[in-house]
Amino acid sequence: MHELSIAISIVDTVIKQAEAASANHVSEVNLDIGLYSGIEFQSLEFSLGVAAKDTILEKTAFRINRVEPVAECPSCHHLYTPDRVFSHCPECNKPGIRLIRGTELQIKSLLVEQNE
Amino acid sequence: MCETCGCGQGSIPVKITRPGEPEANEHHHEPHSHGHHHDHDHSHDHDHPHDHDHSHDHDHSHDHDHSRQRLIRVEEDILSKNNLLASRNSGYFEAKGVVALNLMSSPGSGKTTLLELTIKALEGKRPVAVIEGDQQTLNDAERIDQAGAPVVQVNTGNGCHLDAEMIRLAVDKLELQERSVLFIENVGNLVCPSLFELGEKHRVVIISVTEGEDKPLKYPTMFEHADTCIINKTDLLPYVDFDTELVRKYALSVNPHLRIMELSAKTGDGMEPWIQWILDLKP
Ligand SMILES: Nc1nc2c(ncn2[C@@H]2O[C@H](COP(=O)(O)OP(=O)(O)O)[C@@H](O)[C@H]2O)c(=O)[nH]1
Ligand SMILES: [Mg+2]
Ligand SMILES: [Zn+2]
Ligand SMILES: [Zn+2]
Repeated sequence: MHELSIAISIVDTVIKQAEAASANHVSEVNLDIGLYSGIEFQSLEFSLGVAAKDTILEKTAFRINRVEPVAECPSCHHLYTPDRVFSHCPECNKPGIRLIRGTELQIKSLLVEQNE
Repeated sequence: MCETCGCGQGSIPVKITRPGEPEANEHHHEPHSHGHHHDHDHSHDHDHPHDHDHSHDHDHSHDHDHSRQRLIRVEEDILSKNNLLASRNSGYFEAKGVVALNLMSSPGSGKTTLLELTIKALEGKRPVAVIEGDQQTLNDAERIDQAGAPVVQVNTGNGCHLDAEMIRLAVDKLELQERSVLFIENVGNLVCPSLFELGEKHRVVIISVTEGEDKPLKYPTMFEHADTCIINKTDLLPYVDFDTELVRKYALSVNPHLRIMELSAKTGDGMEPWIQWILDLKP
């Protein structure tokens, strides 16, 4: 259920940004969410609907870009798509996993409508 | 700072109480007014030199007469507010010479029992304080109070984790002594607490031998973000089908740097390395 707290946080941040930009309407919010961020996507989508209700984001489209994980081998710096566990570098076979992508939880951008 | 705790939405307020206090003082977070009067003190200058490989050129030809569309780059981490408050907490702890430990587990793994025994073992050796997190009840705080440590209970209502703001409010009610160890018992849950930093120096995940060996594989985020893992209830090993070597292997496969200790919080077997580790902690 932390997806709800995350969704509320997203909605609050977006509203602040939209107000700072004197936007009339926010048509789109683009989010980067890593597949290894600990977020359940369905639950986040549902929670965004709940959090946006009765706010200026009620009609906003939340677009979630699911970021695939990328690991870098700590030993040989080879980049690869990791398995979550038992991860050995496919290049040098040393154990250990350092994710350089896939844990994102980020508001990338908003598409807003402004007065001319 | 209600954004990250999820309270308000469910209408059950967060409560912060010391045992023996007549009334829990309800902390009504300003109930999600969604941004209208937050102070916005951190300026976002968005001149990051990233290469934005996906260009959003949204030139849909809507017929909005007097308005035009504009893309605003935000690039803000969703957890950044909590992280900012967490680093304030950790700065405060550092200044006071306090080491904070964040204890996380499924419900019933033995966090409170371990704390009771730890408080007794540290008596006269190092000052301790405890923040107890639970959705409801003062039960755990009362157990800690009985064990003899200053304690504050945070009831999160329907919130499933503690956040940095709750810790700040709880710390206000504790008179933390210099050089003390602050134990924070998080809400029983292996998912959400791993995402919310509190300002702790170490993260301790506890599993018990009555749980499945595959917990580290099922909840990898928790084990990745922890630095210490306690395998508790080893007194039950003769009665349960639990392969300690297997759970070690799984845990280390998720996080090769994990410090693993086996003990029984009931009998006290195996407590020495844990206590010694705590005594050696530097702020
Ligand atoms: N046999 C055994 N039981 C334990 C041990 N540690 C805790 N328990 C029991 O497990 C139950 C849950 O413990 P508690 O400390 O409340 O768990 P928490 O929810 O993680 O705080 C209680 O009935 C404890 O007595 C242990 O080392 N051995
Ligand atoms: Mg407990
Ligand atoms: Zn949750
Ligand atoms: Zn390698």
